[in-house]
Amino acid sequence: MSAALLSWSITIAQILLALAMACATYRMLRGPRAQDRVLGFDSLYVSGMLLILTFGIRSGSTIYFEAALIISILGFVGTVALAKFLLRGEVIE
Amino acid sequence: MTPLAALPDWAAVVTAILVLLGALLTFVGTIGLVRFDSFYRRVHAPTLGTTLGAGCVLIGSMVCFSVLQSRPAVHEVLIAVFMTVTTPVTLMYLVRAAFSRDRLEGNEGVPAFHREESDPPPPAPRDAEA
Repeated sequence: MSAALLSWSITIAQILLALAMACATYRMLRGPRAQDRVLGFDSLYVSGMLLILTFGIRSGSTIYFEAALIISILGFVGTVALAKFLLRGEVIE
Repeated sequence: MTPLAALPDWAAVVTAILVLLGALLTFVGTIGLVRFDSFYRRVHAPTLGTTLGAGCVLIGSMVCFSVLQSRPAVHEVLIAVFMTVTTPVTLMYLVRAAFSRDRLEGNEGVPAFHREESDPPPPAPRDAEA
Protein backbone atom coordinates (compact mmCIF):
# COMPACT_ATOMS: atom_id res chain seq x y z
CA MET A 1 0.00 0.00 0.00
CA SER A 2 2.58 2.54 1.09
CA ALA A 3 4.97 1.39 -1.63
CA ALA A 4 2.25 1.96 -4.22
CA LEU A 5 1.53 5.41 -2.76
CA LEU A 6 5.19 6.35 -2.89
CA SER A 7 5.56 4.97 -6.41
CA TRP A 8 2.57 6.95 -7.67
CA SER A 9 3.64 10.18 -6.03
CA ILE A 10 7.15 9.79 -7.46
CA THR A 11 5.59 9.30 -10.91
CA ILE A 12 3.48 12.46 -10.50
CA ALA A 13 6.52 14.36 -9.25
CA GLN A 14 8.51 13.23 -12.29
CA ILE A 15 5.73 14.44 -14.61
CA LEU A 16 5.68 17.82 -12.83
CA LEU A 17 9.46 18.13 -13.04
CA ALA A 18 9.40 17.24 -16.72
CA LEU A 19 6.79 19.96 -17.28
CA ALA A 20 9.03 22.35 -15.33
CA MET A 21 11.92 21.44 -17.64
CA ALA A 22 9.62 22.08 -20.62
CA CYS A 23 8.74 25.56 -19.30
CA ALA A 24 12.42 26.35 -18.75
CA THR A 25 13.26 25.12 -22.25
CA TYR A 26 10.52 27.32 -23.67
CA ARG A 27 12.07 30.35 -21.96
CA MET A 28 15.54 29.30 -23.11
CA LEU A 29 14.49 28.99 -26.76
CA ARG A 30 12.06 31.90 -26.83
CA GLY A 31 13.68 34.37 -24.38
CA PRO A 32 13.73 37.81 -25.94
CA ARG A 33 17.22 38.60 -24.65
CA ALA A 34 20.36 36.71 -23.70
CA GLN A 35 19.82 37.01 -19.95
CA ASP A 36 16.40 35.35 -20.26
CA ARG A 37 18.04 32.41 -21.99
CA VAL A 38 20.64 32.10 -19.24
CA LEU A 39 17.87 32.20 -16.62
CA GLY A 40 15.99 29.46 -18.48
CA PHE A 41 19.17 27.38 -18.59
CA ASP A 42 19.65 27.82 -14.85
CA SER A 43 16.19 26.56 -13.93
CA LEU A 44 16.48 23.83 -16.59
CA TYR A 45 19.50 22.23 -14.93
CA VAL A 46 18.01 22.56 -11.44
CA SER A 47 14.82 20.78 -12.59
CA GLY A 48 16.87 18.10 -14.34
CA MET A 49 18.89 17.54 -11.18
CA LEU A 50 15.69 17.10 -9.14
CA LEU A 51 14.35 14.68 -11.76
CA ILE A 52 17.49 12.55 -11.41
CA LEU A 53 17.09 12.63 -7.60
CA THR A 54 13.54 11.28 -7.91
CA PHE A 55 14.88 8.45 -10.11
CA GLY A 56 17.36 7.77 -7.31
CA ILE A 57 14.57 7.57 -4.69
CA ARG A 58 12.62 5.18 -6.91
CA SER A 59 15.54 2.81 -7.50
CA GLY A 60 16.99 3.11 -4.00
CA SER A 61 20.57 3.48 -5.22
CA THR A 62 22.93 6.32 -4.40
CA ILE A 63 24.59 6.40 -7.84
CA TYR A 64 22.00 8.94 -9.00
CA PHE A 65 23.05 11.25 -6.18
CA GLU A 66 26.56 11.55 -7.64
CA ALA A 67 25.13 12.48 -11.03
CA ALA A 68 22.91 15.13 -9.41
CA LEU A 69 25.88 16.59 -7.54
CA ILE A 70 27.95 16.83 -10.73
CA ILE A 71 25.04 18.46 -12.59
CA SER A 72 24.59 21.06 -9.88
CA ILE A 73 28.33 21.91 -9.75
CA LEU A 74 28.79 22.12 -13.53
CA GLY A 75 25.55 24.07 -13.92
CA PHE A 76 26.74 26.64 -11.40
CA VAL A 77 30.03 27.07 -13.25
CA GLY A 78 28.22 27.37 -16.57
CA THR A 79 25.74 29.97 -15.37
CA VAL A 80 28.46 32.08 -13.74
CA ALA A 81 30.57 31.93 -16.90
CA LEU A 82 27.60 33.00 -19.04
CA ALA A 83 26.70 35.84 -16.67
CA LYS A 84 30.33 36.96 -16.66
CA PHE A 85 30.31 36.91 -20.44
CA LEU A 86 27.16 39.03 -20.52
CA LEU A 87 28.65 41.49 -18.05
CA ARG A 88 32.04 42.04 -19.68
CA GLY A 89 32.01 40.41 -23.09
CA GLU A 90 34.79 38.00 -22.08
CA VAL A 91 34.85 35.10 -19.62
CA ILE A 92 38.42 35.35 -18.26
CA GLU A 93 40.05 38.75 -17.94
CA MET B 1 9.90 -1.92 -6.85
CA THR B 2 11.71 -4.06 -4.25
CA PRO B 3 13.65 -1.26 -2.52
CA LEU B 4 10.55 0.84 -1.93
CA ALA B 5 8.59 -2.07 -0.46
CA ALA B 6 11.11 -2.29 2.40
CA LEU B 7 10.19 1.23 3.49
CA PRO B 8 7.88 1.50 6.55
CA ASP B 9 4.56 3.29 6.10
CA TRP B 10 5.38 6.56 7.88
CA ALA B 11 8.63 7.01 5.93
CA ALA B 12 6.87 6.30 2.63
CA VAL B 13 4.17 8.87 3.39
CA VAL B 14 6.69 11.51 4.49
CA THR B 15 8.87 10.92 1.41
CA ALA B 16 5.84 11.01 -0.90
CA ILE B 17 4.58 14.30 0.54
CA LEU B 18 8.02 15.95 0.42
CA VAL B 19 8.80 14.82 -3.13
CA LEU B 20 5.39 15.89 -4.42
CA LEU B 21 5.62 19.26 -2.67
CA GLY B 22 9.11 19.87 -4.02
CA ALA B 23 8.12 19.01 -7.59
CA LEU B 24 5.03 21.20 -7.33
CA LEU B 25 7.05 24.18 -6.05
CA THR B 26 9.60 23.77 -8.84
CA PHE B 27 6.82 23.61 -11.41
CA VAL B 28 5.16 26.74 -9.99
CA GLY B 29 8.51 28.54 -10.17
CA THR B 30 9.00 27.68 -13.83
CA ILE B 31 5.40 28.67 -14.64
CA GLY B 32 6.35 32.07 -13.27
CA LEU B 33 9.39 31.97 -15.54
CA VAL B 34 7.10 31.57 -18.55
CA ARG B 35 4.32 33.95 -17.59
CA PHE B 36 5.97 37.06 -16.11
CA ASP B 37 6.57 39.84 -18.58
CA SER B 38 9.92 41.44 -17.75
CA PHE B 39 13.31 39.97 -16.93
CA TYR B 40 13.48 41.51 -13.46
CA ARG B 41 10.12 39.94 -12.57
CA ARG B 42 11.01 36.61 -14.14
CA VAL B 43 14.19 36.26 -12.12
CA HIS B 44 12.22 36.03 -8.86
CA ALA B 45 10.26 32.94 -9.83
CA PRO B 46 13.08 30.38 -10.24
CA THR B 47 15.05 31.74 -7.29
CA LEU B 48 12.21 31.15 -4.85
CA GLY B 49 10.52 28.20 -6.52
CA THR B 50 13.47 26.02 -7.41
CA THR B 51 15.42 26.61 -4.21
CA LEU B 52 12.46 25.65 -2.00
CA GLY B 53 11.53 22.77 -4.32
CA ALA B 54 15.08 21.44 -4.31
CA GLY B 55 15.12 21.65 -0.51
CA CYS B 56 11.90 19.62 -0.22
CA VAL B 57 13.02 16.91 -2.68
CA LEU B 58 16.42 16.66 -0.96
CA ILE B 59 14.87 16.29 2.51
CA GLY B 60 12.52 13.62 1.13
CA SER B 61 15.46 11.75 -0.39
CA MET B 62 17.34 12.06 2.90
CA VAL B 63 14.44 10.55 4.86
CA CYS B 64 14.08 7.73 2.33
CA PHE B 65 17.75 6.72 2.31
CA SER B 66 18.17 7.11 6.09
CA VAL B 67 15.31 4.68 6.72
CA LEU B 68 16.35 2.27 3.94
CA GLN B 69 19.95 1.99 5.13
CA SER B 70 18.96 2.32 8.86
CA ARG B 71 21.68 4.90 9.40
CA PRO B 72 21.69 8.67 8.92
CA ALA B 73 22.28 9.36 5.21
CA VAL B 74 23.29 12.99 5.07
CA HIS B 75 25.03 13.16 1.70
CA GLU B 76 22.07 15.10 0.26
CA VAL B 77 23.04 17.93 2.62
CA LEU B 78 25.99 18.46 0.27
CA ILE B 79 23.69 19.33 -2.65
CA ALA B 80 21.40 21.37 -0.38
CA VAL B 81 24.24 23.51 0.98
CA PHE B 82 25.72 23.91 -2.49
CA MET B 83 22.36 25.02 -3.98
CA THR B 84 21.70 27.43 -1.11
CA VAL B 85 25.10 29.04 -1.56
CA THR B 86 25.25 29.14 -5.35
CA THR B 87 21.72 30.10 -6.45
CA PRO B 88 21.78 33.63 -4.95
CA VAL B 89 25.32 34.19 -6.21
CA THR B 90 24.55 33.17 -9.79
CA LEU B 91 21.26 35.01 -10.04
CA MET B 92 22.57 38.22 -8.45
CA TYR B 93 25.45 38.09 -10.90
CA LEU B 94 23.04 37.53 -13.78
CA VAL B 95 20.86 40.46 -12.68
CA ARG B 96 23.93 42.69 -12.45
CA ALA B 97 24.84 41.71 -16.01
CA ALA B 98 21.29 42.38 -17.24
CA PHE B 99 21.21 45.71 -15.37
CA SER B 100 24.44 46.94 -16.86
CA ARG B 101 23.34 45.83 -20.34
CA ASP B 102 20.05 47.69 -19.94
CA ARG B 103 21.82 50.82 -18.73
CA LEU B 104 24.34 50.72 -21.56
CA GLU B 105 21.51 50.50 -24.07
CA GLY B 106 19.53 53.22 -22.25
CA ASN B 107 16.38 51.11 -21.95
CA GLU B 108 13.37 52.31 -20.00
CA GLY B 109 12.65 50.99 -16.52
CA VAL B 110 16.21 51.08 -15.21
CA PRO B 111 17.83 54.12 -13.56
CA ALA B 112 20.33 55.89 -15.76
CA PHE B 113 23.94 56.57 -14.81
CA HIS B 114 24.01 59.12 -12.02
CA ARG B 115 26.58 61.86 -12.65
CA GLU B 116 27.38 65.02 -10.71
CA GLU B 117 28.39 68.24 -12.44
CA SER B 118 31.88 68.00 -10.90
CA ASP B 119 32.48 64.45 -12.15
CA PRO B 120 34.91 63.92 -15.01
CA PRO B 121 33.23 63.35 -18.35
CA PRO B 122 32.37 59.73 -19.15
CA PRO B 123 35.03 57.79 -21.04
CA ALA B 124 34.51 57.48 -24.76
CA PRO B 125 33.10 54.16 -25.99
CA ARG B 126 35.66 51.56 -26.94
CA ASP B 127 34.79 51.68 -30.61
CA ALA B 128 35.65 55.38 -30.85
CA GLU B 129 39.25 54.80 -29.77
CA ALA B 130 40.08 52.35 -32.53
